[in-house]
Amino acid sequence: MTTSRRCFLAGAAVALLPITSARATPADMEAAIREVTGGATLREGPVALDIPPLVENGNTVPLTVSVKSPMTAEDHVKAIHVFNEKNPQPHVFNATLGPRNGKAVVSTRIKLADTQQIAAVVETSRGEFWTARAEVIVTIAACLEEVN
Amino acid sequence: MRRLRTFLVLAGVFVASLALAQGDPRRSSYQDMGPALQKMQDDDSANPGMLFVQAGEEAWNAKAGSADKACADCHAAGSMKGVAARYPAFAKESGKPVDLEGRINLCRTEHQKAEALAAESKELLQLTAYVARQSKGEPIAPPDDERLDPLRAQGETLWKQRQGQLNLSCASCHDANAGKKLAGATIPQAHPTGYPIYRLEWQTLGSLKRRLRNCMIGMRVEPYAYDAPEYLALEAFLMKRAQGLIDDAPAVRP
Amino acid sequence: MANALIHAPKTAKRGEVIEIKALILHPMETGFRPGTNGRIIPRNIIERFSADWNGEEVFALKMSPAIAANPFVSFFVVADRSGTVKFRWSGDNDFLVEEQVAIAVE
Repeated sequence: MTTSRRCFLAGAAVALLPITSARATPADMEAAIREVTGGATLREGPVALDIPPLVENGNTVPLTVSVKSPMTAEDHVKAIHVFNEKNPQPHVFNATLGPRNGKAVVSTRIKLADTQQIAAVVETSRGEFWTARAEVIVTIAACLEEVN
Repeated sequence: MRRLRTFLVLAGVFVASLALAQGDPRRSSYQDMGPALQKMQDDDSANPGMLFVQAGEEAWNAKAGSADKACADCHAAGSMKGVAARYPAFAKESGKPVDLEGRINLCRTEHQKAEALAAESKELLQLTAYVARQSKGEPIAPPDDERLDPLRAQGETLWKQRQGQLNLSCASCHDANAGKKLAGATIPQAHPTGYPIYRLEWQTLGSLKRRLRNCMIGMRVEPYAYDAPEYLALEAFLMKRAQGLIDDAPAVRP
Repeated sequence: MANALIHAPKTAKRGEVIEIKALILHPMETGFRPGTNGRIIPRNIIERFSADWNGEEVFALKMSPAIAANPFVSFFVVADRSGTVKFRWSGDNDFLVEEQVAIAVE
């Protein structure tokens, strides 16, 4: 126990160095979401936000957003927006989709500065806005590299 | 590609069950990662290390140096299989043991008559990644060469030696406390089966030497000078310690 | 393809929904990290990725500094006719990479 606490403190001291810059807040995330929706009601829809609940490193977190949609000309997902709560800025990505995609499933890898909530907002061709949220616990490796 | 992936999954399962069956207490660091990272490593279309392997393949086939030779001109296709799993090894040209990066540079200076590539440079990492990738799925096979014994013994001494501000040795964590948590992360047994690795912390590919320096900084030990012989001793010891575990280069690690 | 890796099937059946994966080497420097001298390392990211199928844009991704280094993206497309899929990454410091693959649809 003493050993791990000491090494943790040593590692944490180094780890805290880059994370002193400005941070967004949950309010910033909600404001960024409102910019996209124009204040329209957000509903829970057939949206799955697939992200590990606990990650070994916040630098590269795999994320998949899947939406059940017929993806026809009349009824399809137009855009998928993803936001975060505690990174320095609230945006993660905006994906533009359409009937040519066949499936509204987008995967990428994101950076998370800290344990926080991620929100996906899906815009459909019918003007609907659906949302899904997920909480991610971000841990760090115990032995880091100094910044030179 | 799917067949390769299936094979790799089965290989992983095979190794795990083999280890259990024979009572081998050793675990690859791959097994200490969560499923999302394991998936990232196993999928060649998603493993960021594969960008370096692709660039390394181009470099492998490109002519270099005043001898105007490509690696491929001397080394037949498929001849690199199992090579990375056998390093560090004794090099004829220098009469000294070298790691894989050192071996590549010896080829460059002695056979291609080109300049050695800088340590941790993109060019060296690409070639190392390409060569190491050819050993993926092979068991780590340190050479049965008694000339390496003193080096391995020195490595073992360093491994067990308490040093630095916290008075820890490598063995304090990786032998005595492997499997337990340190700051939310699982302490691995530290078998270097996957080098060069794409370490998420670095957001790029890096060598075992870079990782060993990270360890020393984390332990609050002044790291050895960049060209110090201690790194090679530790590498030689660690690869002997990992003998028989399956090479999974280029690995993804947190 | 020195800096990018594209995974797309070489052939597909008409109407089949295929997965395309794209990976590219790029530091995705956020612009929020201090360097060794204490000063912020300037932002250097890819801002946009897009895919065109025979000239028609079928997917686009606007990236922020929150996208991980060496960005990876996977998306789906309906294979409706044979053609060329062109990929384009653009971003800070006039970053521009274009790659393409051919897909035969029967």
